[in-house]
Amino acid sequence: MLHLILFSLFGVICVAGAVNLLLQTHPINSALSLVVVMGALAGEYLLLGAEFVAAIQVIVYAGAIMVLFIFVIMLLNAGEETRSKGSRVAILIGIPGMLVGSLFVAWVLLQSHTPSVAAGALPGAPRTIGWLLFHDYLLPFEVTSVLVLIAIMGAVVLAAPPESVQHSRKEG
Amino acid sequence: MPLLYYLILSGILFGCGVAGFLIKRNIITIFMSIELMLNAVNLSFVAFAAQWRAFSGQVFVFFVMVVAAAEAAVGLAIIIAVVRTRETLNVDDVNLLKL
Amino acid sequence: MTPNLHLWLIPVLPLAGAAINGLFGRRFSRQIVSAVALAFAGAAFVWALWIASQFSSLTSAPYHETLASWIRAGDFRADFAFYLDQLSLVMLLVVTGVGFLIHLYSVGYMWEEGGFYRFFCYLNLFMFFMLTLVLASNYLLMFIGWEGVGLASYLLIGFWFTKDSAASAGKKAFIVNRIGDFGFLIALFLLIKHFGSLNFDQVFASVTPLSPETQGAGLLTSIALLLMLGACGKSAQIPLYVWLPDAMEGPTPVSALIHAATMVTAGVYMVARSHVIFDRAPAALMVVAIIGTLTALFAATIGITQTDIKKVLAYSTISQLGYMFMACGVAAYSAGIFHLMTHAFFKGLLFLAAGSVIHAIGGEQDMRKMGGLRTKIPWTFWTMTAATLAIAGIPPLAGFFSKDEILWQAYSSQYGSWVFWLIGVITAFITSFYMFRLWFMTFFGEYRGASGEEHEHAGHGTHLGRNDADALASHGHGGIHESPKLMLIPLVILAVLSVVGGWVGSERFDRFLSPVFHPNSTVIVGSPMGTPPPAVPEQRNENLSESLMTAISVGVAALGFLLAWLLYYRRRDLPGKIAHALGGLYQAVLNKYYVDELYATLFVKPLVDGSSKLLWRGIDQNVIDATVDNSTEVAQQISDTARHMQSGNLRSYAGWVAAGAAVIIVYMVWIGVR
Repeated sequence: MLHLILFSLFGVICVAGAVNLLLQTHPINSALSLVVVMGALAGEYLLLGAEFVAAIQVIVYAGAIMVLFIFVIMLLNAGEETRSKGSRVAILIGIPGMLVGSLFVAWVLLQSHTPSVAAGALPGAPRTIGWLLFHDYLLPFEVTSVLVLIAIMGAVVLAAPPESVQHSRKEG
Repeated sequence: MPLLYYLILSGILFGCGVAGFLIKRNIITIFMSIELMLNAVNLSFVAFAAQWRAFSGQVFVFFVMVVAAAEAAVGLAIIIAVVRTRETLNVDDVNLLKL
Repeated sequence: MTPNLHLWLIPVLPLAGAAINGLFGRRFSRQIVSAVALAFAGAAFVWALWIASQFSSLTSAPYHETLASWIRAGDFRADFAFYLDQLSLVMLLVVTGVGFLIHLYSVGYMWEEGGFYRFFCYLNLFMFFMLTLVLASNYLLMFIGWEGVGLASYLLIGFWFTKDSAASAGKKAFIVNRIGDFGFLIALFLLIKHFGSLNFDQVFASVTPLSPETQGAGLLTSIALLLMLGACGKSAQIPLYVWLPDAMEGPTPVSALIHAATMVTAGVYMVARSHVIFDRAPAALMVVAIIGTLTALFAATIGITQTDIKKVLAYSTISQLGYMFMACGVAAYSAGIFHLMTHAFFKGLLFLAAGSVIHAIGGEQDMRKMGGLRTKIPWTFWTMTAATLAIAGIPPLAGFFSKDEILWQAYSSQYGSWVFWLIGVITAFITSFYMFRLWFMTFFGEYRGASGEEHEHAGHGTHLGRNDADALASHGHGGIHESPKLMLIPLVILAVLSVVGGWVGSERFDRFLSPVFHPNSTVIVGSPMGTPPPAVPEQRNENLSESLMTAISVGVAALGFLLAWLLYYRRRDLPGKIAHALGGLYQAVLNKYYVDELYATLFVKPLVDGSSKLLWRGIDQNVIDATVDNSTEVAQQISDTARHMQSGNLRSYAGWVAAGAAVIIVYMVWIGVR
C-alpha cells in the first residue's frame, strides 16, 4: 500500500516534470523540469531497491550532466524559443508513429500478466554492483572509461575557439 | 505492485521525450528530451532487474549513465560550435545539409 | 563381299560444284561456270550409274554406309549415314539423270540471263539436298535434305528477286512448306519418344511386330497422318498445294527440275519409305488415298481453264502427284513410285519443251497468244507431242503403264474402292482434255501472238544486270526460232524416255521393289502381279476386269483428245460460248476456286494484322521500347520525389527516425509475442 502511494507520488512528479519540459518555452525552465524528473526517478529507483543506481542518478545525472546543460544554456545566452517553420513530417509521421508504437506495446503488455515486484525487491548495494563491475563486466567498464576519455578530448576540441586551436597547431 | 505500472510510467516518460524531440525548436531542449528518453529506459531496466532478480539490469543502468554523460559533453560541445558559426539556437535554421 | 560404294560421293559432288560456283563463280566466265556445274552434276550421275551396275552384287540389301557420327545423346543416335536399297536406287537414278539433263538444258536457257553463276550454284545445291534426302538412312538426315530442298526451291523460285511477284512466290513456297514441316517434325518427335530412334532400320524393326490399328486411331496413325501433312506441304496436295502454281515465277528449268521431277516427289518417296508405318495404320492410308484422289480431280479441273502454259503444267503436276498419293493410299507403293519415275520423264519434258516454246516466241507465256508453232519449232513440237501422249495415258507410252497400274490398284487393292477408280478415270479424262487443249492451242491454228516476225527478246523474266542493248545485240535473229541444240538434246532424250520408260512394265518394277515393300512374302516368278496365282477361273476374271479397265482408261484418254480437238481445233468459238454459259462456275474455276483468297482471309490477314497491330505496335513499341526509353524517366521521377526527403530540416529527419524506430519496435514486440 505504501509502495503504491510512494510510487504514485514520484510518478506524478515525473510526469508533471516531463510535461512541463514540453510546455516551457525558455530552455532554462525545461532544464530545471528535467532535474525534477531525475530526482523523482531516483525515488523510483529507491522503491525498487536500487540504492547505488539512485545515488549515482542524483550525483551524476542530476548533479553533473544537468549542471553542464545549465552552464551551456547560460553560456550561450539562450533565449525564449522563436517561431519557425517546423516540419510537416515530424508532426504528421513522427508523432502518430510513436503513438501507435507505444499503444501497441502497451496493449501487448496489458495482455500479459506481469508479476508483482515488492518494494525494495533487489537491493543493489554498492558492494554488489562494484563486484559485478570489476568481475563480470570488467571489459565494458574499461571500454567505457576509454569512451569517456575520448568524449572529453572531443568536447575540448569542438568547443574551443578556433584561434586557440590554430595557435596550438602552429606552436605544436 | 505489478511491474506493469513501472513500465507504463517508463513508457509515458519515453513518449514525452519523443514528443519533445519532435516538437521543440531549441537545440538544447531537443537534447534534453533525448536525456529524458534515456532516463525512461533506465527505469525500465531497473524495473526488470527487480522482477528477474538480475543485477545486470542495474549494472547496465550504470553504463547508460556513463555513455549519456559522454554524449552530453560532446553534444553540447557541438552545439557551442554550431552557435558560434550559425549564431542561432533554432534547429530549423541549421539546414545547410540539403540538396 | 560387299564393295564399298562410296555413296557419299553422290551428294557431295554437287555440293562441291555449288561451293565452287557460289564462292568463285562471280569471276568465272559463263563457260567455266556451266562446265563446273555440268561436270559435278554429271559426275554424280555417272557414279549413280556405276552404283546401279554394282547393285546386284551386293550380298545384303539394304546397303549401309556411315560417314560420320553426328548425334549421340544417351540412347539416341543419329549419324551421317547413307542407305541404299531398291527404292533409293530408283530415286537416285531419276534424280541424278533427270537432274543432269536439266542442268544441260539450263545452260542454253539461262545463257542470256544475269546471275548465271548464282543459278547454277543453287541448282547444284538443290541436287545436293535432294540426294541427301533420298540416300539418308535416318529421318533426321532426310529432314535436312527435306528442309534443304525447300530452301533451294525458295532461292530458285525467287531467282529474279527484284520482281515482287517472284519474291512473294518464293516466300509463299517456303512458308507453306513450313506448315508441312511442322507436321513432319512432330512425327519425328513421336518416333523418338516411342521408338527411341530415327534410323530407318531401328524404327521399322520396332514397328513391324505391332499389329495394324484397325480400331480407330492410335500412335501409328498419328505418326502416319503427321508424316502425310509434311508430304502435303512438300508435294503440293490439298490443303497445302497453293504454293506450286505461284512457283512458276521461277525460271522454267527450275519448274521442270524442282516442281515436276524431284522435289515434289520427295513427299511420295517419304510415304513409300515409311510404308511400314502406313501399312499398320489403315485409317491413315484411307486419308492419304482420299487426299490424293481429291487433289487429282481438283487440280485437273482448274487446269482446264488456265491460260498460262506453265500454270496448266503446274496444276497438272499437282494432279499427277495426287495419283501417286492415291497409289500409296491403297498400299500400292511400287505403282506410285513407277508413276513417279514416268512422271519425271514426261513432266520434265513438258516443262522443258514449254520453256523452249516460251524462248522461241520471246517470253510470251499466254497460250491465247500462241498457235501455229508446229511448223516453226518442229523439234519442240514432236518432243512435246510425245510428252502429251505419255501424260494422257495413250499406250504404248510410259504414262499409260504407270497410270493404268495405279487405276487398277485403286480398284483392286484391299484398301482400294471403285470410288477411287472412278474419280481416277474421270481425272484421266480431264487430264487428257487439258493436255491436248494445251497442245492444240500452242501448236495448231493461226499464230495469235503480238509480233509474228521481229521481236525483242524481253527474256524469260527480267534480265538482271544486263541492259537491253546487250540483249538485242546478242539475239540478232528475229522471228520465231527453234532453241539451240543444248536445249534440244535433253528434250530428245526425255522424249525417248517418255516413250520407252514404261516398257519395263509394272510387274517387273513391282518385283524389283518388292524386297522393300513386301520383305516377307515370297514372290513367285511368272505370275502377273507378283502375287501367288489364284485359282484359274478367278485369275481369268481378274485378268478380264483388268483388261476392261485398261480399255476404259485408254478410251477416256481418247475421249479427252476428241473433245480438245473439237473445242480447240474445229470449233474454236465453242469454248468462249461454254464459258459464258457457265458463268459463275467458270469464273470460280478460273480463279482457282478462290482458295488463295480464302487462305488470305482466314490465315494470312489475321496473322499479319495480329503481328503488326498487337505484337509490333502493342508489345514491341509500347511495352518493350517504352520500358527501355522510359526507365530513365521513371528513375528520374522516383529520385525527384525521393530527393525531397533530404530537406536539410533536422526536425523532419527526427520525424523519420521516430517513425522508423516505432516500426522496428512494433515488429520486434510482435515477433516476441508470437
